Amino acid sequence: MDIHALQQIVHKTRDARRKQALPKFSPADRDQLIHKYHPDYRASAYRPIRFGPNIDEKTVVELATLLEGDSLIQDDVDLTPDYTTDVLVIGGGGAGCAAALHAHGAGAKVMLATKLRLGDSNSVMAQGGMQISVAPEDSPVTHFLDTLKGGHMHNDHDLLKTMVDDGPAIAKWLIDLGVLFDRQADGNLHVKKGGGSSKPRLLTCSDYTGLEIMRVLKDEVLNQKIQLLEFCAAVELLSDENGQCSGAIFKDLDNHRYVVVAAKSVILATGGIGRLHIQGFPTSNHYGATGDGLCLSYRMGAKLAHIDTFQYHPSGAVFPEQLVGQLVTEGIRSEGGHLVNAKGERFVNELDTRDVVSSSIIRECEEGRGIRTMSGRVGVWLDTPLLDVEHGPGTVEKHFPAMLMQFDRFGIDISKDPVLIYPTLHYQNGGVKIDTNSETNVKNLFVAGEASGGLHGRNRLMGNSLLDLMVFGKRSGLTAAGRAGSMKQGKLTVQHLQRFRADAKKHGNLSNVISPMVLPAYTRKES
Amino acid sequence: MLHPLTGLRNMAQEDPNVIDQPEVMKPRMVSIEISGKKYDVPEGITVIKALWYTGQEVVRGAGCLGGFCGACATYYRTKDDPKVRTCLACQMAVQDGMSFTIMPPFPARKATYDIQTLKDPKQDLFNLYPEAPLCRNCNACTEACPQKIDVREGVWKAVFGDFKSVSEMFMDCVMCGMCTPVCIADIAPNLVALYVSRAQGAHFTEKPLGLDVRIKEIQDGRFNDEWKKVLAMNEKELADHCATVK
Repeated sequence: MDIHALQQIVHKTRDARRKQALPKFSPADRDQLIHKYHPDYRASAYRPIRFGPNIDEKTVVELATLLEGDSLIQDDVDLTPDYTTDVLVIGGGGAGCAAALHAHGAGAKVMLATKLRLGDSNSVMAQGGMQISVAPEDSPVTHFLDTLKGGHMHNDHDLLKTMVDDGPAIAKWLIDLGVLFDRQADGNLHVKKGGGSSKPRLLTCSDYTGLEIMRVLKDEVLNQKIQLLEFCAAVELLSDENGQCSGAIFKDLDNHRYVVVAAKSVILATGGIGRLHIQGFPTSNHYGATGDGLCLSYRMGAKLAHIDTFQYHPSGAVFPEQLVGQLVTEGIRSEGGHLVNAKGERFVNELDTRDVVSSSIIRECEEGRGIRTMSGRVGVWLDTPLLDVEHGPGTVEKHFPAMLMQFDRFGIDISKDPVLIYPTLHYQNGGVKIDTNSETNVKNLFVAGEASGGLHGRNRLMGNSLLDLMVFGKRSGLTAAGRAGSMKQGKLTVQHLQRFRADAKKHGNLSNVISPMVLPAYTRKES
Repeated sequence: MLHPLTGLRNMAQEDPNVIDQPEVMKPRMVSIEISGKKYDVPEGITVIKALWYTGQEVVRGAGCLGGFCGACATYYRTKDDPKVRTCLACQMAVQDGMSFTIMPPFPARKATYDIQTLKDPKQDLFNLYPEAPLCRNCNACTEACPQKIDVREGVWKAVFGDFKSVSEMFMDCVMCGMCTPVCIADIAPNLVALYVSRAQGAHFTEKPLGLDVRIKEIQDGRFNDEWKKVLAMNEKELADHCATVK
């Protein structure tokens, strides 16, 4: 049927739906729903890891294969350093920039390396906002409890308390750098309510929060003249004779040469795994989200946490085909947008946590109440025009300019017509286990941002990622810089690789892939 | 029933809830030119996917793939139209007769400054970017903007000190830099706007007083008793307590 004909049911049922209040699921119903429909519970997608720090623990097949992958580097590699620095930051997104700026500010010599350009990241796409308890009726404790509830009580309490307590100071830092958060009439920060949160707590820059923060941080990295190594992919870490981290080897993607960097500390801020397309899901992630940091730290002996759980953002675009997987921001639901099935019915409280909302969308589609596309996709409607009806004409345009433009390019006006959505692979809930200074169990190896794990439990609450990046970017940067003055540069070896390979041999073998992946293999090999 | 050409099930006849997509039922190949070379690709895929489809390795020229990072700034022209336009390669569908080239990195000069210690940001603009007031009103920057920002207007507003308007106009800016190579006065409008927006935020926007209050409350330990209570709870007590937070 013509798409406009199918959309009519959303327009027709809007008035009736506006009067309807949908309760959240009871804890028991919610658990049942998630166990039945959430992709994290699809047993066939998982297998145990055969060796290494997380031996016998289960993760998705795609990640297990990479963790058991071999390194590009052999024992006879020339380890004469091309650069020597105090702090080596790997990754140019939010966590990497925050780490580099704080380490630099604390007086350390800093190098920031990234396989793409400075700033090319998921951070730049964050639309929903950043959770910080700034409102008088809110508190860091409430932020803590909301996050814990959202993470199904599995969050690391120390990390979580650290994040919520540090939040307000982060907001101040960003404002002083010139970040333009939305304000109330009295000049205070405007806060929006996010899914799974009991209080309005999201700081926003319209729906460009991540872009605005990243424009400023990138500019600041350039202003501070922090040494950059762009288009260089980390392919192996370096260890000293005691197994402590002492640098990294990069592959320059322009000339294919190796670049060896000696560093007193390394901060991995390499982001997530969306481009592994776990379970065949499309993804909202950037081009380089291939989990490189997980593979690199795993070979060094760093323990991973919660790597069996991933976040499928409820609203990935399904139509048009060109936008498949890209996000329709949660802000639409925060402002009251309904999810509507093919029968014109709502089926979930739209402000429930992401795992609950995603599971319920999958349920609707599996039980035949979805809308299908001819390319074999399925989804439900997100009633975007409702926002203009509810809050006055122009609301969508004013609050969601990015979203409006994205669909307008394909002739779809989201302020007039609903959009079709289905969960998209969005975030890795777990990652490398860290302490409150962002350090792993491998000394002088820090991990910050999405690549780290423990903070978010088994489901990250909306808006907590941007704060995570800033808080643990800052802590890793400050700790690494603070240490630099009183320590010597460690020796450069790849002894950890020898151990890793021996361990692999004992338990079977390495998988037949080279990891990290660096970039997804989208290039078509033959016609 | 399977479609004779595509082998896809003709779902439209079995299920009323299927969106018509003739382009899926009858995929059509179109001829395009990439950096001057001819290729046939399926109609409607994005420009960036056309690069992958034609066997090219993409390292530079792809970033977020979501229309936010500006890495894939591209020049394109449609069939028989002399006008060269701009787009983000991840956000543009190919069509028959289209030719395109990804924009190489352009060596624009970025001024460096310490945003926090600027004494007179509106005057400093002319020291940092002395070319900014030399705009000759050709409007090429506005036409080059894939985000539809009125760039020329923004440059003038910056020069006249209306930093607030500039910061609002350029909230959509993805820093693709396509406004820069077209400027006959060698202005880099996106960099000018970035400076102006940061100055607006750091110097001309009221500081949120509530934020300072909250930071002080945390420093002074206002929440310590509540923390103590919460952190002493066992798993069950904590879960019950979480359930009471509304």
